[in-house]
Amino acid sequence: MTVTGGNVVSEDLAPDQSLLVDRRKLGDPVFKGFSVGSGMLILVILAAVAAFLIVQAVPAFVADAADLPYGNTWGYVAPFLFGTIWSSFLALLMAVPVAIGIALYISHFAPKQLASPVAFVVDLLAAVPSVVFGLWGINVLAPALVPIYQWLGANLGWIPLFGGNVSGTGRTMLTAAIVLAIMILPIITSLSREVFLRTPGLQEEASFALGATRWEMIGQVVLPFGRSGVVSAAMLGLGRALGETMAVAMVLSGGRNITFQLLTSNNPNTIASNIALAFPEADSHAVPQLIATGLVLFVITFVVNMAGRAITSGHGFRLAHKRAHKEG
Amino acid sequence: MAKRMELQDLNIYYGNFLAVKGVNMVIEPRAVTAFIGPSGCGKSTVLRCLDRMLELTPGGRVEGRVLLDGQDIYAPNVDPVRVRQQVGMVFQQPNPFPTMSIRDNVLAGIQLNARKMPKAHKDEIVERSLRGANLWNEVKDRLGSPGNGLSGGQQQRLCIARAIAIQPEVLLMDEPCSALDPISTLAIEDLIQELKENYTVVIVTHNMQQASRVSDKTGFFNIEGTGKPGQLIEFDLTEKIFTNPSQKDTERYITGQFG
Ligand SMILES: Nc1ncnc2c1ncn2[C@@H]1O[C@H](COP(=O)(O)OP(=O)(O)OP(=O)(O)O)[C@@H](O)[C@H]1O
Ligand SMILES: [Mg+2]
Repeated sequence: MTVTGGNVVSEDLAPDQSLLVDRRKLGDPVFKGFSVGSGMLILVILAAVAAFLIVQAVPAFVADAADLPYGNTWGYVAPFLFGTIWSSFLALLMAVPVAIGIALYISHFAPKQLASPVAFVVDLLAAVPSVVFGLWGINVLAPALVPIYQWLGANLGWIPLFGGNVSGTGRTMLTAAIVLAIMILPIITSLSREVFLRTPGLQEEASFALGATRWEMIGQVVLPFGRSGVVSAAMLGLGRALGETMAVAMVLSGGRNITFQLLTSNNPNTIASNIALAFPEADSHAVPQLIATGLVLFVITFVVNMAGRAITSGHGFRLAHKRAHKEG
Repeated sequence: MAKRMELQDLNIYYGNFLAVKGVNMVIEPRAVTAFIGPSGCGKSTVLRCLDRMLELTPGGRVEGRVLLDGQDIYAPNVDPVRVRQQVGMVFQQPNPFPTMSIRDNVLAGIQLNARKMPKAHKDEIVERSLRGANLWNEVKDRLGSPGNGLSGGQQQRLCIARAIAIQPEVLLMDEPCSALDPISTLAIEDLIQELKENYTVVIVTHNMQQASRVSDKTGFFNIEGTGKPGQLIEFDLTEKIFTNPSQKDTERYITGQFG
């Protein structure tokens, strides 16, 4: 080593071995290859499903209505599309407030000894197969609700939602929506609970220090913090409700009647449930039309998921924007 | 505004762990009281028991009495929420509400109590509080932008504005400058001097110069060893504590000979 004018010249030093690439370390490239491969695989599967649906469904959309067993495909799918969206919307309407309530109870109200058992039970609900929900809905829930439906029809029948002939079996749109709501409750609850638990403690203390009660603190800090998380949880739940097949097929007395009435036996079926019910009898002409309705469901579910994603990443964007603003 | 606080025979526990033992002191109104002492001696713990924030920590409980102008804030019929409206707190880390604008942050405490207030009155409170926190001139043109878009020092002054917007009697500050640069620190120290004209101020600090600059009285807390409870060793006029303390431990601490 020579020293010139205070600068250290290190030309004659041996290269530092610890800085060289260690060729034996294969872990990184292997893992990278694996994750890229898995990522590609999921895209390929998605593309294959989409291609299958499109290819199979095309004849149903282009053929003359007279040659199709169910007539014009758009006309055929319309009531099912309505039934799918209406039942899922109702389920969401019932499930989201309850899910937020349970999630808040677990995250902010329950004593520690109670919080994890309650959370566990809710998660357990997600493990119940949908056919079991269907059996329960048709054998227990529907008969139990009949008296309530009759009361609603008699006393509140002037409200269009409760109008029409009240079903004697209880297999109504409302029953189906309740079953769907129970089925999507766990996913919405557990995702909401996770975001509520991640509320920064400092923010909560700031609110308490201003003289907020626990409820006021939740309104001031926890809900604004968790809002986008709850929205995306609701979107995931909605996606599940849209595609739910077995439970609806068993519980709902479904047909092709487009109506907002909740208590009658004359309901629109859902797309998924209709496919399941019609498929066994469908011949080779009918199958493409059923697949075409499946394509419609696929598109709807896709759009819902994209919307959920856009809402959450929109939130991320705003945060990033704020950070940039702060640094700038 | 500005009430006297009296701490009588305070024992503070976390579960079964006695964290602070036998504190007696009188915190004078319209004055700044500083708490100093080594880490873990219970300064924050005592401070948090003055606005009943301590009981939000699982296991946190208090024995003894804390009087706010003669009223025991731990009496059974006292609502902790009311106590916190009269005893405000500023934290070590600036914590404005990130989802709220600067204006809404200032009004956050007001919003909890009187939702229906004419806009002009709210504007008045926003301006008075931000002026009171020496922040008005820096933010008056962007009251609608997010509260966490400010610098750390500005955020801390926003938190002070938020705390004084509800016109508390007492203002507690737990190391309010420890996350700030020297210039922001000086701004806050100046502000504390102004605040004491209207409020009872209690400040926890690790900075001895800060304690001697801003406070009228100083309490020195110490701890004998890990697992032992913290105690108030000496409580006197700041000048006396820093020039002629009566306890050996205080002298060793303020001269920096502490192991
Ligand atoms: N949430 C808690 N649960 C249990 N023990 C705690 C809790 N918070 C503080 N303690 C204990 O209480 C004692 C006093 O802590 P405190 O935070 O009041 O000290 P401090 O003087 O503020 O210290 P610092 O200067 O580091 O902030 C310590 O022994 C600490 O470990
Ligand atoms: Mg502390």
